[in-house]
Amino acid sequence: MTVLNSKIPAGPLAEKWSKHKAAIKVVSPANKRKLDIIVVGTGLAGGSAAASLAEMGYNVKAFCYQDSGRRAHSIAAQGGINAAKNYQNDNDSIYRLFYDTIKGGDYRAREANVYRLAEVSGDIIDQCVAQGVPFAREYGGTLSNRSFGGVLVSRTFYARGQTGQQLLLGCYASMNRMIGQGKIEMHERNEMLDIVTVDGKARGIITRNLVTGEVERHGAHAVVIASGGYGNVFFLSTNAMGCNGGAAWQAYKNGAFFGNPCFVQIHPTCIPVHGEQQSKLTLMSESLRNDGRVWVPKKKEDAIKLQEGKMGPNDIADEDRDFYLERRYPSYGNLVPRDVASRAAKERCDAGFGVNAEGKAVYLDFKYSIERLGQDVIEARYGNLFQMYEKITDVDPYNEPMQIYPAIHYSMGGTWVDYNLMTTVPGLYAIGEANFSDHGGNRLGASALMQGLADGYFVLPYTIGDYLADEIQTPRIDVNHPEFDKKEKAVNERLQKLFNVKGNKSVDSFHKRLGNIMWDYVGMARNEEGLKFAIAEIAKIKEDFYNDVRIPGDFDAMNIELEKAGRVADFLELGDLMARDALNRNESCGGHYREESVTEEGEAKRDDENFTYVSAWEYKGENQEPVLHKEELVFEEVKLTQRSYK
Amino acid sequence: MADKIIKNLTIKVWRQKNAKTAGKFETYKINDISGGTSFLEMLDILNEQLINDGQEPIAFDHDCREGICGMCSLFINGRAHGPDDDITTCQLHMRKFKEGETITIEPWRAGAFPVIKDLIVDRTAFEKVLQAGGYISVNTGGVPDGNAIPISQDDAEEAMDAAACIGCGACVATCKNSSAMLFVSAKVSHLAKLPQGRVEASRRAKNMVAKMDELGFGNCTNTGACEVECPKGISIANIARLNREFLAAKIKD
Repeated sequence: MTVLNSKIPAGPLAEKWSKHKAAIKVVSPANKRKLDIIVVGTGLAGGSAAASLAEMGYNVKAFCYQDSGRRAHSIAAQGGINAAKNYQNDNDSIYRLFYDTIKGGDYRAREANVYRLAEVSGDIIDQCVAQGVPFAREYGGTLSNRSFGGVLVSRTFYARGQTGQQLLLGCYASMNRMIGQGKIEMHERNEMLDIVTVDGKARGIITRNLVTGEVERHGAHAVVIASGGYGNVFFLSTNAMGCNGGAAWQAYKNGAFFGNPCFVQIHPTCIPVHGEQQSKLTLMSESLRNDGRVWVPKKKEDAIKLQEGKMGPNDIADEDRDFYLERRYPSYGNLVPRDVASRAAKERCDAGFGVNAEGKAVYLDFKYSIERLGQDVIEARYGNLFQMYEKITDVDPYNEPMQIYPAIHYSMGGTWVDYNLMTTVPGLYAIGEANFSDHGGNRLGASALMQGLADGYFVLPYTIGDYLADEIQTPRIDVNHPEFDKKEKAVNERLQKLFNVKGNKSVDSFHKRLGNIMWDYVGMARNEEGLKFAIAEIAKIKEDFYNDVRIPGDFDAMNIELEKAGRVADFLELGDLMARDALNRNESCGGHYREESVTEEGEAKRDDENFTYVSAWEYKGENQEPVLHKEELVFEEVKLTQRSYK
Repeated sequence: MADKIIKNLTIKVWRQKNAKTAGKFETYKINDISGGTSFLEMLDILNEQLINDGQEPIAFDHDCREGICGMCSLFINGRAHGPDDDITTCQLHMRKFKEGETITIEPWRAGAFPVIKDLIVDRTAFEKVLQAGGYISVNTGGVPDGNAIPISQDDAEEAMDAAACIGCGACVATCKNSSAMLFVSAKVSHLAKLPQGRVEASRRAKNMVAKMDELGFGNCTNTGACEVECPKGISIANIARLNREFLAAKIKD
């Protein structure tokens, strides 16, 4: 018998959300004024939640580690945001968006959550337009759309290649209005390091002021984690340098179960790794696959010449090019979902057809669309991306194909939440990328922005009322409560322990070691032996870290190495849990590819009989084995089939 | 393509313990940097070197490292975001430098942006200006359909040109008066170009300008330096638009 209760409402799928909204409790305006909510993270999920909750009348305290809320990494999302508007009259619908998302996620997401996501998607676009988001428009003044991977309709709204930036500036503007009105108390350069629970309920957080080094206490009636994903466990990823799993990890250590930690997304179109000195990877938007064709040489000897720099891509005739996505997946072609495209690139490179010196790159070629549409059209669509590519690589993609390779991009896994987005700790919520709920084993392009804003604008503001309605008698949380004393002390001890190691090696050196192990054994292809090896190696790195890390500077002042050390300490534990989860899930599914579970054609093979569940891990204490709980996934609407994009 | 290796670089960098103590330049040597290494990766390597030598690494702001979050700053060899056009410091690559070169790195310098530590400055004055009016007053929910108000492609594109500002502060840092006019005018223009934003255009322009003046940013004397160093190519035509909006608002008073 599981301890998990997903609280999915009964009734037909299309009516669940409206019935649920009608049934849950509402807090009166007079009482909202007496209630405080903490929001950790100011990306699309946190920013939209903070703004909406403040507009409703709650007192919000928002936190971010950056120097401004508008710098959260949602800002880097390029391609677009999905919504089932059917503006293009291509027979799109809420059901079709729901179905594409469930199928794209390889049937490992909750039907009810995904349907709700599709249901509110249209409202998000309306909201963003009202805020002044300058979406692309047609000549007649209506909104423009483009297509994305894994779907057969055009439902992606975009603002050039900067959609995430514009959506984030939209919700940040709404936040600013509320900050100006005193309804949001904004804490920049302030990182959450622990959660305070009183009588089992989340009642506040402990943070470190990154400017002064001071450890601070903040109380509230509810705490919302919106701190994004944990892709940086791999060291190299498309995440921002500061992105971390800290808030979610502290939630886990305080009793919130962690859902599907092994589900991370590997994005197929990133600029390949360059040398040993690289600090991060840059994404080239999936939208490029609308007009770019992916290929490697057909002949091994051509590949070798390319690797040795003895020949260029334009020296290879069309008939000697292997457009392997079009060959293997004729119906979706270059627009197969990310997990499929990434594995196909790896397969070709592993077979020796990679095109750069390291043999770890494939081409994304715009020659054909430039011939078809003209360079000016391509420039209007992707100009900023082409410029970015040229600045980084010194190669002009109008004349020579881009080199791309898969890289870690997004975490589908995250803090386990119920239908109300509440974790297993009462009063503690997780939204956006930080939770596990909507993308299953693989996220479709342009759906992260949709989910972040759905949670923040239209889901959490309602569901949190159901909990807070029973808290209206609770006075303002007293941060002098002994639980706050205890947690503040624990945070100080944790940081002191790291600071006092006074070893010989930098924080980054450990992070890189961890990243290498994660990429090699818990990355694009995983197997039992490798995962067991990874678990043992991570334990060794952790031991070395606590014996030999060097953190220069002062403890009680700005100290960037200390900040990084705290994050790496969390990543070392998170990496271990990811490997354990990957070991347990002996099936291939979405971004999780177990070499033991493959079809004859080399495609990922799900095992629905044994693994149609969400794995939710429970923390049992330092150096204790975590306990696995299973939330069975029940599909009432969709029939599970082997995913095919052929 | 193999990148060239740049040898024997001298890095002259501003070190300052905190806002209360005086800062000074320190000089470091760094060798064998690949041309394909980004400028910030070069600083990472230098910091690794400093840590291994038992010294405190250089503090600098950065986050996305793909030119969009606006967190990175740095005045490099006398130019905001360094010696390349239309990019942020994180997109600057070492192939822009020569063997044996001395590279001077300073923080943004402006009265409204006090130094926090080394190369990190406090830019929250920008946020305060935005809080004074950089928004459309609309609550979540109850808004019309996205296609209810047609917006011409030209207006949407012009709004987008202005909205592309990443709020990094290069314009203020490069301006001899430390004026924030380019930043403020970009936000005002973005919203003024859209029908949704017209409703409160006067109030927005007045409030944002008043806040900007209050926070100690200097006046604009039309030197155009901001436009030159803006990594996102924000045009000073926006400043003209802000002046127009501001004047129109004042006339109404």
